[in-house]
Amino acid sequence: MRSLFIILSAVAVIGLAFWAYRENYQTQEAQSQAEQLQRDIGDARERLRVLNAEWAYLNRPQRLRDLADINFDKLGLVSLRAEQFGKIDQVAYPREKPLPITNSIDVINMEQYP
Amino acid sequence: MIRTPLRPLARILDARAKGENPDAIERENIRLRHEDIRDRARKRAEGRLLVIGVMFFGAFAVIGGRMGVLANTEPMEPRTSIAGAEIVAQRADIVDRKGRILATNFETYSVYAQPPQMVDPEGAADALVKIFPDLKRERLIKDFTGKRKFLWIKKKLSPEQKQAVHDIGEPGLLFGPREMRLYPNGKLAAHVLGGASFGREGVHAAEVIGVAGIEKFYDERLRDPAMGHKPLQLSLDLSIQAAVERVLFGGMKIMNAKGAAAVLMDVNTGEVISIASLPDFDPNDRPRPPTEGNPTDSPLFNRAVQGVYELGSIFKIFAAAQAIDLGLVNANTLINTSGPMRIGGYPIGEFKKKDYGTISVSDIIVKSSNRGTGRMALQIGAERQQEFLKSLGFFEHPSLEIVEAKGGKPLWPKRWTELSTVTISYGHGISISPLHLAAGYAAIANGGTRVQPTLLKQPRNQKGPRVMSKETARVAKDMLREVVTSGTASLGEVPGYAVAGKTGTADKPRENGGGYYDDKVIATFATIFPAYDPKYVLIVTLDEPVETSGSEPRRTAGWTAVPVAAEIIRRVAPLLGLRPEIEPAKLNSITLTSN
Repeated sequence: MRSLFIILSAVAVIGLAFWAYRENYQTQEAQSQAEQLQRDIGDARERLRVLNAEWAYLNRPQRLRDLADINFDKLGLVSLRAEQFGKIDQVAYPREKPLPITNSIDVINMEQYP
Repeated sequence: MIRTPLRPLARILDARAKGENPDAIERENIRLRHEDIRDRARKRAEGRLLVIGVMFFGAFAVIGGRMGVLANTEPMEPRTSIAGAEIVAQRADIVDRKGRILATNFETYSVYAQPPQMVDPEGAADALVKIFPDLKRERLIKDFTGKRKFLWIKKKLSPEQKQAVHDIGEPGLLFGPREMRLYPNGKLAAHVLGGASFGREGVHAAEVIGVAGIEKFYDERLRDPAMGHKPLQLSLDLSIQAAVERVLFGGMKIMNAKGAAAVLMDVNTGEVISIASLPDFDPNDRPRPPTEGNPTDSPLFNRAVQGVYELGSIFKIFAAAQAIDLGLVNANTLINTSGPMRIGGYPIGEFKKKDYGTISVSDIIVKSSNRGTGRMALQIGAERQQEFLKSLGFFEHPSLEIVEAKGGKPLWPKRWTELSTVTISYGHGISISPLHLAAGYAAIANGGTRVQPTLLKQPRNQKGPRVMSKETARVAKDMLREVVTSGTASLGEVPGYAVAGKTGTADKPRENGGGYYDDKVIATFATIFPAYDPKYVLIVTLDEPVETSGSEPRRTAGWTAVPVAAEIIRRVAPLLGLRPEIEPAKLNSITLTSN
């Protein structure tokens, strides 16, 4: 009985040691993975900053104005004017659909339109 | 263990045979047994004490050892944390009210040289001069072959330049990463942003510090790592700022002015939507302050904040508003504006020596009568006038969040004589900045409470102290509207936006003292719009404008600053989301009739 208990506890100790060993390495693995992810996030953020800066640079008002001037023939963009404010009652109602033809009649003249 | 019997039969019989008391044997045995038990108990207790002692020793040894280890190891960042990834930049971004970037950081490289490691100093110098034409070859060779162990060559490199330097293949030329401040919009809002430069510089990094404007004012906040990821949001609007600067620049050129300033402010929140000063500069490449000439002509000079000028007739509305607030007059009170009027020996005249006769207070503002305003000011008195101007914030530097605001200290006479009272009532003898004026007009526009101009986006309206009654503010506003509909600012009418405002043309004082220039003026137009429900105040100031389309040069604000301001409103009001509306007609006053 007693020796069985000793054997069992020894087995348990070995098992736990193995488990702790594995957990330790898994934790280290997860940590280095997390570190890598942090680095990736940092890099992505840095890239995002650069892209944001480039976006802001490409959208600077001076450039947009020049582009609007260059492409005036095609786009005809002018700055916003007071007249461009509309009222809701200036918007037309959608045109009503034509009534469905229920009593169609055959006609002799079936020549095709060009 | 074999228990010893207390009464062993052999010894009892033996004792009985000898005639001894057998009980003595039992007692003796009980005593021995008890001693035995006691000894065993003591042994056990001692053993337990030892185990506990060992455990405590072990625990303290572990804690002590751990403390020792912690005290002796190098500090290390925690390997896993959520906050770690947030902070990547040294300095927070600056964005406009809609989140568009005004200032951000950029990763770049610096190039430095370590001459002792150089293989071919002369060849390197030649190649460097080819890449950077602004470097001097002789100077580089002197540095490379001399005793220097380290020198900076360029602090910021573009990727192409970096590759070119890399291609030289010189081991003594090294790169260091660093962050630089980038203002992607170039000159836009240059005076607000100011600029940044490098503080302490190392090979691996360099401190970016603000040198002017809001960058310097909020330097601590922008560099605080705890706030590193939170951009500083300003009240400025990028597109409106661009439109204002553009129109103002055009206006400055057409009116042949040497400088111009504009302030557009929300009258309720005090948010500065746009503030411009021309000429301006590029904060990416901030020029050095001039060492000669007039510093106020430098592009670094912020006319809207630092430029304190005598702004002229713009002030008349304050005198009128105060007189009405005190109950001395109302809008229809008739005042004699005829001359001659001499105060302290000085004659007070009108523009072009006109004589308006006896007119109402409202007409004094509309026609811009100096004598009429002066007479109202005399009724108010010097002390109350000072108090009123003080309550509008005209005696202290503006509270704007840029370092230059401290330079906008108003000038006023130390001895406030009767003459000062009269001249100040029409804007001469006191110098304030356009930003002060914007705050003053905002008080009229928002119904009589003071607002502090601010560059930060505000979540709600300011609740400043009341400087005039609501009714006074309304009357003053109506007078200002009349100036545009039938007065000196008739060119300021913008269809749909009911502009109200007042012009001011002030002769510039000579730099060396002694009177005023005849042909140099500061023309200002202060407006509030829309007049029926004021939301914004716009101040436009032109420095030395002259309009030459007529037969003789015209310098008054009505011909110079007003059309520029009107064009700004025309461009900016739709951008502000203001829908053009037909001005609500004034209700006819009720007339008592009897039959």
